[in-house]
Amino acid sequence: MPIYTRRSDDGQALTIQVEGRFDFSTHQAFRDAYEHNDPSVSEYIVDLSDTTYLDSSALGMLLLLRDHAGGDNARISIRNCNVDVRRILSISNFEQLFSIH
Amino acid sequence: MPPLKVLIAEDSDSDRLILARLIQKLGHQVLEAVDGAEAVELFGLHQPDLVLLDALMPRMDGMEAARQIKWLAADRLVPVVFLTSLSETADLAQCLEAGGDDFLIKPYNSAILEAKIRAFNRMRVLHLELAEQHAQIQRQNERLLEEQRLALRVFENVAHTGCLDAANIRHYASPLSVFNGDVLFASQRPGGGLLVFLGDFTGHGLPAAIGAMPVAEIFYGMAARGFDGPDILREINRKLQRILPVGMFCCGAMIESDFKHGLLRVWNGGLPDGWLVRADGERVAIPSRHLPLGVQDPQRFSASMVVLNTSPGDWLVLMTDGFSESRNQLGECLGEEVVREVLADLGAGQSPFEPLMERISEHTGEPLPADDLTLCCLQIVDDNTEEAQAGRLSESALSGATDWRCVYELREQTLAEFSPLPMLLHICMEVPGLRRKSGEIYTLLSELYNNALEHGVLALSSEWKVSAGGFSRYYQERERRLADTDGHFIRFELSHRPRLGGGCLTIRCEDSGEGFVFAEASDTVSASQPVSGTTYSGRGLEILRRMSSHLQVHGAGNCVEIVYEWMLPGETGHGGNGPMMMENSR
Repeated sequence: MPIYTRRSDDGQALTIQVEGRFDFSTHQAFRDAYEHNDPSVSEYIVDLSDTTYLDSSALGMLLLLRDHAGGDNARISIRNCNVDVRRILSISNFEQLFSIH
Repeated sequence: MPPLKVLIAEDSDSDRLILARLIQKLGHQVLEAVDGAEAVELFGLHQPDLVLLDALMPRMDGMEAARQIKWLAADRLVPVVFLTSLSETADLAQCLEAGGDDFLIKPYNSAILEAKIRAFNRMRVLHLELAEQHAQIQRQNERLLEEQRLALRVFENVAHTGCLDAANIRHYASPLSVFNGDVLFASQRPGGGLLVFLGDFTGHGLPAAIGAMPVAEIFYGMAARGFDGPDILREINRKLQRILPVGMFCCGAMIESDFKHGLLRVWNGGLPDGWLVRADGERVAIPSRHLPLGVQDPQRFSASMVVLNTSPGDWLVLMTDGFSESRNQLGECLGEEVVREVLADLGAGQSPFEPLMERISEHTGEPLPADDLTLCCLQIVDDNTEEAQAGRLSESALSGATDWRCVYELREQTLAEFSPLPMLLHICMEVPGLRRKSGEIYTLLSELYNNALEHGVLALSSEWKVSAGGFSRYYQERERRLADTDGHFIRFELSHRPRLGGGCLTIRCEDSGEGFVFAEASDTVSASQPVSGTTYSGRGLEILRRMSSHLQVHGAGNCVEIVYEWMLPGETGHGGNGPMMMENSR
């Protein structure tokens, strides 16, 4: 379950891409993806286009990212979820916390 | 390298002597056997670290000796090396079959012998370390299991199963499910009806189990004091948000079942769809509409519950995601569709519990589901058939707060934000002996309060509640009007006088509303009057009338006074509990 990151040209947006299963085994890698970035990052994009599965510990990791990115002021969008992933996000009503596309 | 104990079995005296000298020169201790049988015997006596066996020996050959030595050594790694000359290569494979680890070819070469002994010693030491680590893991695992057993006992004392054993509840929860973060609680409400909470913490093991403790305390503590589902949910959320680290939370559902009025209030935050399966076969999904508990800060947390009408024979189904995620031997998930299928195939009024459990065993091929599945099915029953609340503590000595009077008035915005019922009930429960009537007292208080709030202060028409559509309108309107309670009040005046073997509780509830015109114009109504109304409106008043010994409406109809006379069972005196005839009080 590799995790890739890339920065936008202006350096302000960080895209985190999760491949395969997004679950507890991704914990460390996901944290590393955003924790050591410089403060100029003001927006996060979690790209789940290659994510096949997402469990409740992944939901917890998203909350940790939200906390890191400023809590209620965080700018995080979750993109390209497949139907199953989308379903888990909406069961937990994460639309209220993240912008999900 | 520390000196090793090396066992040599060789029937040729000269060969044995040469080998023994070589090994002794390398600094090791040598045990000598002249055949296989003696080798096995010496092995048992001295537990050598390394065994060198000639393949062909009288009495017992090397291969049989190797087999027996390996068997005796059991889990201990004892390298067995066959001594052989090149001419015997055809038998080498057979030697390995018998458990041999290597060969040493005659004539012996000191350098090779030393290298081999070193190599085998490394292997032996590695194996010892591995075995020690394995034993350590096993000890730790046993200790962990023992700790879990102990923790479980502590947990069970706090988070007992409440009234989950009631005849109308069918549930499955593995005894160790708390270590998978699942909790299931049920409590009878003081005013009748049931509260059920099903929760699923993120994470496993100890952290999940620890998080479950305060939830249990809050649920049982508040439920027993008469708090509503939303109050309890708000408190659980507040507590969990404070104590759980970010990223850990609890998906959950709260059910408040009011059998008396045929109402079900439901809150689902993060659990899979719950279902109401009506006796006529209709199925109503109860999807998650809220964030899980412990995520949102208290100001923004929404505890609003969905209201559903129910009839006796309906079933409510709640489950954790362990159901749809249970896997078969190929690793395939059962999926959520299956729940719909099973529920669609139910016969009229049939319990969904057994078919759901059967479906899961069929899928997994195991008799019992995994630890992370919790399933709860609640049957809606007729209020009258509900088993009476089990008698609580027997209060024999009637000393304590028996003779008192108090006034409690709520004003303005507090009317929208605070329910006085738990506190008022608490005051009444201080009367020794009255606790066993808590259900009736709570009903009296809540009927008076709801009447004063909804029909008095908020001026809502109870006629709306007749139709299903009006029902939701009623609750929407209620919510809207609660925002503006300026200038309003509700005043409770409670007093209690002791009597022989019981007492007399008077509750007067006055509100700032415009009052009503009551159908029966008389001020005093006998409690034994037949209940006539079939409509919903006025039912609250009927309940008050039936449960109290005396009911009086004052003023414009915005002040209701009831007298509740009670006796402890076994006591004699005029009157008993519940309805009774009363002479006119004036």
